[in-house]
Amino acid sequence: MAQVLSPEEIGDILDKPKKGSMREAFGETLVRLGSELKDIVVVGADTTGSIKTSLFGAKYPERFFNVGIAESNLVSVAAGLGIAGKIPFASTYAVFAPGKCVDQIRNAIAYPEVNMKLVASHAGISVGPDGASHQELEDIATMRAIPNMHVVIPSDPNSTSRLVEILARDKGPYYMRIARPDCPFIYSAAQASSIRKGGSMTVRDGSDATIIACGLLVYEALIAARKLATENSLNVRVIDMLSIKPIDEMAIIKAASATGGIVTAEEHNVIGGLGGAVAEIVVENYPVLMRRIGTQDTFGESGESGELMIKYGLTASNISAKILELKNLDRK
Amino acid sequence: MILETLVEARSGHPGGSLSAVELVVALYYSVMKHDPKRPTWPERDRFILSKGHAAPLLYSVLAQQGYFSLEELKTLRKINSLLQGHPDPRKTPGVEMAAGSEGIGLSVGIGEALAAKIDNKDYRVYVMMGDGEMQEGQIWEAAMCASKYRLDNLCGIVDRNGIQQDGLTEQIMPIEPLASKWKAFNWNVIQVDGYNFEQILEAFNAASQMRNKPTVIIAHTTKGKGVEFMEWSPEYHGKVPDRKSIETIVKEWKSE
Repeated sequence: MAQVLSPEEIGDILDKPKKGSMREAFGETLVRLGSELKDIVVVGADTTGSIKTSLFGAKYPERFFNVGIAESNLVSVAAGLGIAGKIPFASTYAVFAPGKCVDQIRNAIAYPEVNMKLVASHAGISVGPDGASHQELEDIATMRAIPNMHVVIPSDPNSTSRLVEILARDKGPYYMRIARPDCPFIYSAAQASSIRKGGSMTVRDGSDATIIACGLLVYEALIAARKLATENSLNVRVIDMLSIKPIDEMAIIKAASATGGIVTAEEHNVIGGLGGAVAEIVVENYPVLMRRIGTQDTFGESGESGELMIKYGLTASNISAKILELKNLDRK
Repeated sequence: MILETLVEARSGHPGGSLSAVELVVALYYSVMKHDPKRPTWPERDRFILSKGHAAPLLYSVLAQQGYFSLEELKTLRKINSLLQGHPDPRKTPGVEMAAGSEGIGLSVGIGEALAAKIDNKDYRVYVMMGDGEMQEGQIWEAAMCASKYRLDNLCGIVDRNGIQQDGLTEQIMPIEPLASKWKAFNWNVIQVDGYNFEQILEAFNAASQMRNKPTVIIAHTTKGKGVEFMEWSPEYHGKVPDRKSIETIVKEWKSE
């Protein structure tokens, strides 16, 4: 499997990180697509400035609706727009949607397979100082358990733009989660354009073990892989699992068979998220040892984003430690 | 027909299906622009049955109108049927949205009404709600939203039959004063006798003339209407009478 990034490019990303915002990428992409796809409509719930959908509202006020602090209404109004033939994007913070409206998403959107896109920002613990009430760590599990629902997670601004475009052009219910903090670019726009519906990206090839990550943890995985190469002479594959449902089964099975061990890493509870999804494929097809990095069935707390990622083990050093743990078990 | 359908299915919600018959008949036979041959005709008026437990009523009217054959009614709630216990738009021609979880339909109606405004289409959106459903918080999120966007192409209907699963609405969780509540949310409110066709048709006509405000029609009805032992009986919210009782009722109706 060809890797997406060359060793030099990975070096540049890690040594000279260029940062950007997933939220801005989301808002700007909606504006760009809005001129071509006249059916795109955007519904917000008093968080449109923060999530940058207000950019769309400024350009296309007749296709922009702010329903206030009313998330059940947010997703259901978007469902009605979808039923009537529009391409609705509804968005707010992940704790509120899907957090407060799983019923509406299940019954009014996924069950009748409505063409509706829910984009939730501020997912995960990296929300920071707002604390546990605002740190959604269960959304991947709830959304992927609902039939008909697609679940996608970008890892940087350019993959965010690419996924928004895929959502806009594909029919059906989608859930996309993005993170609050600025984050390093991983892909150029050209590289991101090779992201496909239901596909993953092998950002670094390797044969000794595999890290399968999503969201902000993809960058941590690249740091971990370089450390393992220089300090332990291990050549580790890194897969960015941009689509959790449907999930790239072939990439997972190949990783299991070619590298013999998998560590997953996500900014989500270890129950039911990316780790669970990968484990389901691994045990049924090519059982290998796995470790799952995520929050360990616990709520978060207030703190700076970076501090929380360290405290809850969502770091490159924890990823590399888990890879070594697998390799040591291997030798026994 | 509704009762015969429910008896065949051996489960369902007869009370709330019977209370709103005249309202739904008025919509499909007189008020709404629709075409049973083209269930997804873009210009059609939309009917959303938010109180999805009244599905047998909707199915009976849709079948009579020719959306599917009357024979299908016998399959209600049975495996592999077009007719699910609660409405499913992917299975049943003419069903606009999935319902069953209370409180969602009015918001979905707002979405369709907004789409009509964006596209300069003149179709109207009708959403039938139960009175127990008024207890769902989302109804009031939607009530605020529809008046913000001045959705005069949206018409809510409340089947005010006074009864919910556990008892009388005013004992379980009072929803009165209901008309004042809707007025306070800046809706045009019309109250009708839910069995007086003249009043019902006049109300729908007035709603379509209204500008810049959504309309809600509060229809005063009787749960289990037409069946003496079911009227005003919460027991028959979710319980189907036995076959023998139904046969007696239907015989009486037919001889009237």
